[in-house]
Amino acid sequence: MTYVVKPKFHHPELPKNELGYTHRDYEGKISTLCAGCGHDSITASIIEACFELSIEPHRVAKISGIGCSSKTPDYFLGNSHGFNSVHGRMPSVLTGANLANRDLIYLGVSGDGDSASIGLGQFAHCMRRGVNMAYVVENNGVYGLTKGQFSATADRGSKSKRGVTNTDNAIDMVGLALQLGASFVARSFSGDKKQLVPIIKAAIEHRGAAFIDVISPCVAFNNHTGSTKSFDYVREHNEAVNFLDFMTTRPPIHVDYAPGTVEMVEQHDGTVLALRKLNAEYDVHDRLAAMNFTAHHASQGQIVTGLLYVEQDAADLHSHLNTVEAPLNSLGEKELCPGSAALDALNASLR
Amino acid sequence: MPIQSVNDFVVRFANVNGSGSASANELFARAVLRMGVPVAPRNIFPSNIQGLPTWYEVRISQAGHLGARGGTDLMVAMNPQTWDKDVAGIEPGGYLLYDSTKPMPKTKFRDDITVIGIPLTAICNREYSDPRQRQLFKNIIYLGALAALLDMDVGEIEKLIAEQYKGKEKLFDANKHALHLGRDWVMMNMEHPIGLRVKRADAVGERIFIEGNSAAALGAVYGGATVCAWYPITPSSSLAEAFIRHCNRLRVERANKQNKFAVVQAEDELASIGIVIGASWNGARAFTATSGPGISLMQEFLGLAYFAEIPAVVFDVQRAGPSTGMPTRTQQTDIISCAYASHGDTKHVLLFPEDPAETFDFGATAFDLADRLQTPVFVMIDLDIGMNHRLCRPLTWDDSRKYDRGKVMTAAALEAGKDFGRYLDVDGDGIPYRTYPGTHPTKGSFFTRGTSRDRYARYTEEGPAYADNMQRLLRKFETAKDLVPRPLQANADKPTKYGVIYFGSTSPAMDEAIEMLEVNGQCLDRLRVRAFPFHSSVTSFIAEHDFIFVVEQNRDAQLRSLIVNECGIDPVRLVPILHYDGTPITARFIARAIGEHLDALKITPLRKVVS
Repeated sequence: MTYVVKPKFHHPELPKNELGYTHRDYEGKISTLCAGCGHDSITASIIEACFELSIEPHRVAKISGIGCSSKTPDYFLGNSHGFNSVHGRMPSVLTGANLANRDLIYLGVSGDGDSASIGLGQFAHCMRRGVNMAYVVENNGVYGLTKGQFSATADRGSKSKRGVTNTDNAIDMVGLALQLGASFVARSFSGDKKQLVPIIKAAIEHRGAAFIDVISPCVAFNNHTGSTKSFDYVREHNEAVNFLDFMTTRPPIHVDYAPGTVEMVEQHDGTVLALRKLNAEYDVHDRLAAMNFTAHHASQGQIVTGLLYVEQDAADLHSHLNTVEAPLNSLGEKELCPGSAALDALNASLR
Repeated sequence: MPIQSVNDFVVRFANVNGSGSASANELFARAVLRMGVPVAPRNIFPSNIQGLPTWYEVRISQAGHLGARGGTDLMVAMNPQTWDKDVAGIEPGGYLLYDSTKPMPKTKFRDDITVIGIPLTAICNREYSDPRQRQLFKNIIYLGALAALLDMDVGEIEKLIAEQYKGKEKLFDANKHALHLGRDWVMMNMEHPIGLRVKRADAVGERIFIEGNSAAALGAVYGGATVCAWYPITPSSSLAEAFIRHCNRLRVERANKQNKFAVVQAEDELASIGIVIGASWNGARAFTATSGPGISLMQEFLGLAYFAEIPAVVFDVQRAGPSTGMPTRTQQTDIISCAYASHGDTKHVLLFPEDPAETFDFGATAFDLADRLQTPVFVMIDLDIGMNHRLCRPLTWDDSRKYDRGKVMTAAALEAGKDFGRYLDVDGDGIPYRTYPGTHPTKGSFFTRGTSRDRYARYTEEGPAYADNMQRLLRKFETAKDLVPRPLQANADKPTKYGVIYFGSTSPAMDEAIEMLEVNGQCLDRLRVRAFPFHSSVTSFIAEHDFIFVVEQNRDAQLRSLIVNECGIDPVRLVPILHYDGTPITARFIARAIGEHLDALKITPLRKVVS
């Protein structure tokens, strides 16, 4: 924990993005999480992703539930509005916010307790509805703020720091997201920034419900031998199926890869993902195969990471509801109020 | 002696639900209305779709009494299951209309009522072979019979049927035929009309006939709501469904057919209020519609909205509780659970409309209040208002009216260097400024949280900062007292030491009860409370009288508790008059209960005699 105020000065030659912003413009307050926490690495990846995408920070709304992970939106994008809402209820708050203004970028940050236990229902339903958002679960398999209880993503047979063995089956959020119709599903590891940053970028650019399960070891309560969410365990059992090399809003002019190893995935807005395949068999467009592949590897103790599924022409909640292009929060009485003449006609029909 | 009454009696239809009786019964009510005579219909129905008993009560009252009266003058007994109870409920001298196809033993009747047997099933079976037709047209046949028995203008019923089946000539003809089957049978076979009659009058005027839930939804449309999130629960579901219906007519962009509204049927009430809070936080006007159990589920979020100061509009269509209670019966039973919803120190704004017209007004105003006060606002109606057609003044809208979006700091103000503290009381009214997300690239952003923070929305666990904020929230609530709809007072002709406080759907029964009490020489000053927090006039009204009756439709005298608690009133001076069996409160009940108390109060207290 630190109460130090973050200094504002920075190196004069820090790299700038298209908007002329540096990394520092995407930072937030100093983290109050434990030193070495996986969540802080995810925060750094989100900052990097937004910087590289040249997003205007204030055009992002960052919404979270309650827990260690849900505190992190305070630590990035200091010029964005943030909402640390109610435990397990980020998805509904974000859904409402998204309905009010379809023009902002919605970043939902949650944890495994927040999304797999108390908020499993809301997680499920916002995936079903296709809310346009990047939903990041910082998954450490443990309740940190209340000191080390198992969460619902803890694997059966894994041991807590106090030596208790978990006898409950784990909830696989990637499996659920796939089944529930998320149109972008990925898993990554907080310790692998090279893999995580492009995935976050792709998720932000994706229109529809984009879900990222980020395994994020808890250094205080879940980084011991016997844990299946420790740094060592995740490194040893990480089965990456692919790697997003870059993203751009223009199709690449020149791609220098061996044939058959790179697939260009164009998203609805014209952005292109260059997907370097580590597993030649893996098809990111096959939802059922993805479910099968991840479940099969999980049964072997392997953690499949990478972009696991993407639907190129995904629709989102606004298209389902056929809402107007203008953000609903920009409409005033002129657009919304039918006026007295319509009311008089209505009165006449009620006699 | 059979009851003789023109334009002042109660007809009750006892049916089996799912039999198609509802539309025929409603036709009856509308036909009376078209004859210029006020009606107040009420559905008494089970939590069921098919097969259980259901009643439809139509009070016909040229004097315009729209509250439930109690008792039945004419029973249309179409449900053998409830026969005994239905027959027992008829007033002495009343009438019983029944299907005489199958003979009934004499013991099943009463000899102090007039029995009207019509072989409805026989007429039906003679005419129709399709079982569904037999069932549906039976309802229209008894409607025709009633037209003859009550001397109604059958032309009005025909006109209504024609409006209903506009463009469907065949259906119109079939219904008209069935109507005349019943009417002709009565005209040929029995003495008619009976002692109860509907006589054309001019007592309806320009009033409209609308359900409260529909009016509430229109209020949301006119009030500028764009986001609605809801979870189906009786008796509020038809409110959200009415919003969809109204929006489909009034809120679709003509050019491209796109919607200027978004409705989400959420997975539960927690998600409903979460969506409302998210949308409101982001600057849209949003609401949910629910009932008591939904309010219970929303508690945590409501506390967040209170503390984080996010507008939200909740329509609570109250029903009997606790638990799932009687889902299809009316009560005013969520007063306390809404006024103090959530954990910690919380208080919320409640509005108490009396009928659909006021529900429309308050429904629209609720959005202005929620934005102005940056807090949840509850529009407290109940099943009696929400799910029954009620005769009320026409809905009105002033086209010069502008939405009050409250204190929202704009990009220009931020750019001009205006000091922005999300929880900073700049005007002394306890209401801070807010910004919508995405307003300005570098100014005006803040982190919304349910945990404590300072005036600039920075996280803090310092006691004084927390207390400072809680005090400001109280100041804001004080400000609310003068913004919410004021109580309406009506004094008796003669000065009196007694007053009565009431609210919401009790209104029509109360007005009538006052007339009944005045006939007995008992005078009361009236105060209809229309909102919480209470305006100072509530306290002064109580101060001006020795005793105040507080009339409400719940067991625990919830409004009375709220008055005692918030106005610091000696509870002894507030006499509870409570009605809570799930039926709408009646003038007879109020007049009797208050009358007895007044009689008791006239007896000199014992201690005065001894002293």
